[in-house]
Amino acid sequence: MPSLGADMAAGTLLEWLKQPGDRVARGDLIAEVDTDKGVIQVEAFTTGTLERILVEAGQKVPVGTVMALIRDDAGSPSAAAPPALPPPPPSGPPPQRVSPLARRRAQELGVDLASIKGTGAEGAVTVADVERLARGGSAHAAAPPVEDSAARMRGAIGAAMARSKREIPHYYLSNTIDLGPAMAWLAEQNQSRPVADRLVAAALLLKSVALALRDFPELNAWWVDDRAVRQPSINLGVAVSLRQGGLIVPALEAADRASVDQLMRRLTDLVARAKGGALRASELSSGTLTVTSLGDRGVDTVLGVIYPPQVALVGFGRIAERPWVVQGAVVPRPVVTMSLSADHRVTDGHRGAIFLDRIDQLLREPGAL
Amino acid sequence: MKATYREAVRMGLRNALLSDPRVFLMGEDVGRYGGSYAASRGLLEEFGPERIRDTPLSESAFVGAGIGAAMGGMRPIVEVMTVNFSLLALDQIVNNAATLRHMSGGQLAVPLTVRMATGAGRQLAAQHSHSLEGWYAHIPGITVVAPATHNDARDMLGLALKEPDPVFIFEHLMLYPQEGELDETRAPMPLRQACVRRPGTDVSIVTYGGSLGKALAAADRLATESVSAEVLDLRCLRPLDNEAILGSVRHTHRAVIVDEGWRSGSLAAEVTARIMEGAFYELDAPVERVCSAEVPIPYPKHLEDAALPQPDTIVEAVRRVLPKGAG
Repeated sequence: MPSLGADMAAGTLLEWLKQPGDRVARGDLIAEVDTDKGVIQVEAFTTGTLERILVEAGQKVPVGTVMALIRDDAGSPSAAAPPALPPPPPSGPPPQRVSPLARRRAQELGVDLASIKGTGAEGAVTVADVERLARGGSAHAAAPPVEDSAARMRGAIGAAMARSKREIPHYYLSNTIDLGPAMAWLAEQNQSRPVADRLVAAALLLKSVALALRDFPELNAWWVDDRAVRQPSINLGVAVSLRQGGLIVPALEAADRASVDQLMRRLTDLVARAKGGALRASELSSGTLTVTSLGDRGVDTVLGVIYPPQVALVGFGRIAERPWVVQGAVVPRPVVTMSLSADHRVTDGHRGAIFLDRIDQLLREPGAL
Repeated sequence: MKATYREAVRMGLRNALLSDPRVFLMGEDVGRYGGSYAASRGLLEEFGPERIRDTPLSESAFVGAGIGAAMGGMRPIVEVMTVNFSLLALDQIVNNAATLRHMSGGQLAVPLTVRMATGAGRQLAAQHSHSLEGWYAHIPGITVVAPATHNDARDMLGLALKEPDPVFIFEHLMLYPQEGELDETRAPMPLRQACVRRPGTDVSIVTYGGSLGKALAAADRLATESVSAEVLDLRCLRPLDNEAILGSVRHTHRAVIVDEGWRSGSLAAEVTARIMEGAFYELDAPVERVCSAEVPIPYPKHLEDAALPQPDTIVEAVRRVLPKGAG
């Protein structure tokens, strides 16, 4: 059973295209195998006579299993399919050594061994190395109650983000889009509104993300017990930076069902309460996808870290006038770079790209939001 | 009370002879010569030739006679002078002493105590420098002990004589002239228990017999480098005190086994295997062994020293199991 990718562990033999006694030439298709990635055809890697079939149709066997024997013209049988790809040649640093006790303690403490440089014999990770990291990494957990809230928040952010980067295989996509129609619509709306009721671009961006998520329920999910669980409500977490340092991510619940005006009011209220420390517990735990923007700090692109158990995060940079090519002419346009950080266990870049494109389309018709 | 190790052994012999009329001592030169290591000096005069018996130079014969006497209801102490000569009596030991209870379906017992010197260090050359107690510890049916302290040298004999089956006592020859403190108030420690001779937290040095002093010297030196070494004296080599070994390793997470036997198939190998079986997930470093070089023990002083475990080589082994930067 040949390996057709590093993540392939086994394959199912669907059909033999040759029978015992048949002549086969190197490169002939001899069998069909079903893998996680689809049906593939296996080629003979040697010329000779198919002597014996060892794996019957329907059988699932691990990579490296001999499936049949081909007697070459010199008379000695050889395995019909090449064995599993040999392990890649050693490259980079030697494999990490971990003492049995250190491995056990790391498991108990939830410490990621990969991030530790060992100090034991032959560079092995020792229990002291694990405990040193655990002390540093979870200072918030062991902190006495007198510790200031900023330090506790730092600890909580650290724990969540470390877990995210440890467990979630992130992929990142970004797309710079023309916000001309959206900004024009906003200017028009705000012209006739009292100052207190004016809209900001953030409300439009949030609404477009919420609506786009309706078509991409796989991104509006939580990773629980090794599987993605789609969430019934679209609750957008909004990353709010706090003056004393740190950030908090309260959620705008059912954001897709709120009008832009409602979203604007709720956003203003949420940010004010976040900074004043008057959030409800539910708002802090109900987010299903986080939106973060550092545009007001002049950042072009935000590549965010997913907030577990969520499986995706959308970032917006600053909205700025840039040269933009429209029908062959360079014109100034307000543009923004939006990005998607997503959990590769749940979605692939292809799907993520369509999601970003969907947000772009929605923002081209702001009146419909 | 201060005494030499040989005096402690003599006290043990005397106490045994005084407390039980079935006890007698026999072996080569134990009577008129007072014993090759002078352990029985003066006992012939005190107890007479019936109970302190010189034997012909035939280990097979007098160990066999001891087995017979034990089966007949006596409590013989057989001195085999040294482990080097005990090989001549191996058939009696392995095929008779160790098996008769089993072969007779429990009808026969061999309450025999055999003492012998073991070890190297006195330039006695290859044929007289063996440390074969590990071989004896391989044999089911017997108990093997190695008194490393003066108290044990005196007390283990009395406990051995109370055992219903054969007990072999290995006295390291380098210990006989050593002076030490005898505690006359403390009750004897049970025969089959290991003993922590020096508590510590960073590494367990597991040893016995003649190597105990070297291990303690190594621990002293390590203490000056802020390394806290625990020294465990096995005391009993068969059966091994598993719980004491594993308990110490569970507490220090590192182990160095010191054994004057040759490395391959050694008692140190057995202790290492037991640690792996019983405390694998407690280990923070591979177990290290300090054993004798696998050569006939050399005669020249510098080569003999180099062939045996020494405080220096124990310290080096401890450093190998400690994290870098420690010590």
